[in-house]
Amino acid sequence: MKTFNLENSTVRDLNQALHQSSAEKGEFLVGNPGGKHSIAVGAMYNTTVMIDGHVGYYCGGMNQNAAITVNGNAGSGCAENIMSGSVLIKGNASQYCAATGHGGLVVVEGDTSSRCGISMKGVDIVVGGSIGNLSGFMAQSGCLVVCGDVGEALGDSAYEARFYIGGNVASLGADCIEKKIEDEHITQLQNLLRQAGMESIDISKFRRYGSGRKLYNFNIDNAGDY
Amino acid sequence: MSEKDNFKSRLRPSHSFPPHVVAEIQRAAAEGIYDIRGAGAKRTIPTFDDLLFLGASMSRYPLEGYRERCDTNVVLGTRFAQKPIELKIPITIAGMSFGALSAQAKESLGRGASAMGTSTTTGDGGMTVEERGHSKTLVYQYLPSRYGMNPDDLRKADAIEVVVGQGAKPGGGGMLLGQKISDRVAQMRNLPKGIDQRSACRHPDWTGPDDLEIKISELREITDWQVPIYVKVGATRTFFDTTLAVKAGADVIVVDGMQGGTAATQDIFIEHVGIPTLPATRLAVEALKELNMHRKVQLIVSGGIRNGADVAKALAMGADAVSIGTAAMIALGDNSPKFEKEYNELGTSAGYYDDYQDGLDPSGISTQDPVLSSRLDPELGGRKIANYLNCMTLELQTLARACGKSHVHNLEPEDMVALTIEAAAMAKIPLAGTDWVPGQSF
Amino acid sequence: MCGIVGLFIKNPELQKNLGKYLSNMLIQMTERGPDSTGVAIYRDPVELGWTKLTLLGPEGDYSWEGLNRNLSAIFGDDYELNLQCDQAVLKVSTDSVSAQTWIHEKHPELRINGAGEAIEIFKAKGTPAGFVENFNLGSFHGSHALGHTRMATESAVTTEHSHPFSTGADLCLVHNGSLSNHNQLREELRREGITFQTDNDSEVAAGYLAWRMREGDSLDTSLKNALSDLDGFYTFAVGTKDGFAVLVDPIGCKPGVMAETDDWAAMSSEFRAIATLPGANDAKIWEPVPSRIYSWSGA
Repeated sequence: MKTFNLENSTVRDLNQALHQSSAEKGEFLVGNPGGKHSIAVGAMYNTTVMIDGHVGYYCGGMNQNAAITVNGNAGSGCAENIMSGSVLIKGNASQYCAATGHGGLVVVEGDTSSRCGISMKGVDIVVGGSIGNLSGFMAQSGCLVVCGDVGEALGDSAYEARFYIGGNVASLGADCIEKKIEDEHITQLQNLLRQAGMESIDISKFRRYGSGRKLYNFNIDNAGDY
Repeated sequence: MSEKDNFKSRLRPSHSFPPHVVAEIQRAAAEGIYDIRGAGAKRTIPTFDDLLFLGASMSRYPLEGYRERCDTNVVLGTRFAQKPIELKIPITIAGMSFGALSAQAKESLGRGASAMGTSTTTGDGGMTVEERGHSKTLVYQYLPSRYGMNPDDLRKADAIEVVVGQGAKPGGGGMLLGQKISDRVAQMRNLPKGIDQRSACRHPDWTGPDDLEIKISELREITDWQVPIYVKVGATRTFFDTTLAVKAGADVIVVDGMQGGTAATQDIFIEHVGIPTLPATRLAVEALKELNMHRKVQLIVSGGIRNGADVAKALAMGADAVSIGTAAMIALGDNSPKFEKEYNELGTSAGYYDDYQDGLDPSGISTQDPVLSSRLDPELGGRKIANYLNCMTLELQTLARACGKSHVHNLEPEDMVALTIEAAAMAKIPLAGTDWVPGQSF
Repeated sequence: MCGIVGLFIKNPELQKNLGKYLSNMLIQMTERGPDSTGVAIYRDPVELGWTKLTLLGPEGDYSWEGLNRNLSAIFGDDYELNLQCDQAVLKVSTDSVSAQTWIHEKHPELRINGAGEAIEIFKAKGTPAGFVENFNLGSFHGSHALGHTRMATESAVTTEHSHPFSTGADLCLVHNGSLSNHNQLREELRREGITFQTDNDSEVAAGYLAWRMREGDSLDTSLKNALSDLDGFYTFAVGTKDGFAVLVDPIGCKPGVMAETDDWAAMSSEFRAIATLPGANDAKIWEPVPSRIYSWSGA
């Protein structure tokens, strides 16, 4: 177990240690994060990182293999470009949560603000609360599960990502439509909620959304959507 | 001949509605969407051609070729990186994606650049194994799309270039038709095959130089502060942009003038947005000097660099290096007259071809088609690139020696004069034979 | 581009610490705003019939003796002049318009950075740490304050170009972002009689609010109209005599965090500024939703 007190040591020290091969199967405990940025970024190994407090921007950025837990809130771009592994935020996350994530799992037990899952490329995101505007913007692949409500313009210009929403959607973005839920979707949704530790959520009210695929090839009649 | 046969001598060309504008209006009426093409601005603008070197005289003595050294090396990224980049020549290959270019073209660029001791740059699509394998020094672009972005490649890179914009389309995004999304490209970019690719105009997880500063910091943390971070901007408000990039923590600034090429964007964007490379270079250098960062944060300029004279003039204005994109493609064979027949079949002619977005390039450069791209032999292509870079370097040295310089970085604005009032005003270099710079008093 | 902070003290016993808390918050905003620092502090409201002005002296050596003598001649003992670095807070027993007119006429070398009953506005080039030291900010008390650290985007780095910009009596604005239609708007506002000292986009936003409120709109209505009349990216914090308000533009890309405990309410561009406040870790923390006005008031 390695302990880091960010009141006396630097984020640099923490990240450097995270990038050593000795971090494989290691346990890191990080205290007094004080909203600092770039905490636990670029992890490479199967490390468990527990952060006690609120973090700034880009916590868990480009994460690979590590399992990161933030016992607090996260700033903008939490787990951006995550490749694998997991990031769990016990509190709320700010804008651009899991932006451009390629894989792995990001769980936010509270709410996120706008642009959750923007440009996602394969990451799975599960939010226990609600999310803000323009979430799933240009989402290419992966799943975004939201137990609460969603702000304006969900899934604008999305490609093949899937959105499972338990609450109310304020409005849908360009070319995002509601889609039928079949057995395979129910299985997928249950699996994701289980991975997020939210298996007790009632999934009967969940609805599925995704790309209408009308913007895949230009048609002048859709010009208003651009 | 009758009156009717004589009509040709009475035809008066319209300045506002020349044939290509007429054709474009009629195309718009037929298709209902903007025209998309590749390459850079074709309109007439002030360029480095409007500057001349003074050379040697009674008061300034030239250096002998061969015996008397004229060095060309440059170090990029001295500000913060543990491993700055050392290049043998101040000419690099600009960012062009695999996807926009064929694998053979990328390999050619890598081979040629490495042979001459300089760098290549990835583009909007990520790093290929071939490019990393063939480029001794590789700059990895960090773009709004983040296609293929991953930390392993970030760590394999010799530098990271955060792209805020490019000269052809500063602020561009929107929807691009007919992208060459082949199987391999689709897989790398995580997109369904064959669809129109939509482009984001802003980065997904930061907006503004204050937040860019935090992003740059994150990239440094991920790569353990080893490699230089470049910030690339399309030339618009270049003075402010340079200042802000320095404040955001960049090691190197890359400024791409409006003549800079692109794989594909709206023609209206290419021709009507941005400022030429000539004033952009001056503005960037002025900003660096005002911050006392000239030569401490290095400046690379691109956008219409064609020969050793352009390189010399950019350096004389204060740049540390230049980058070539369009010129590199031409060196590889783009728009070569030997494909004239096929260009005609495409409705164009050698020297005019710019529909890179269609992926039908006869020279095999801007295409993913296996038959077309196999026409480009990467070894031969590599030699062509090396030859072209070598020629530019020799030209650069010739001009620098004539100005009495033992290192090309000692070229300075006072070595030059301007031929036109616009160039004099834009470069703040006096009109030849006078002391006059428009806007400054005598 | 910049860092902004706002702090409203709910617990009167903590009002003596306002300056200390503000100093810590500002220092956290140094990297996103290295060029200049500015604060608006609300404290010691003057009595009825009096006015408080914050004055900025000209560059270089300036003696306030001349001003002192002139004030003494006109107002006798009914004034108070307190120097703070190269700036001064003047309390004087006349109304705001008269006081400002008098300064413009008798002392055109001085700039008026703030006017009202409680507001004091100080700004200077340089980092927050330097500012805190030069102005002894840690010793200030007060009910609420706004702060700003500047990274100049398109206009020059001078004291005049720094925020907060004062918009009217006890009103001020700090801004993080970049407006895109401010040049046109500045011309229109000039025609309406609003004057500008700089080419700064934030000053235009401040002038816009001043204009709307002069025309009778409440602060709330003015901010609602700002959403359609101002184009660009912004997180605004607006200070009033009784508190402050926060507004984020409809696209909502510039950051903002808000937090509240029983003792205080605060906003900032980054959480780490709020993290310096006592009890921050357990505060209620949330982000402003685009186009919604948030406000705290002691009234």
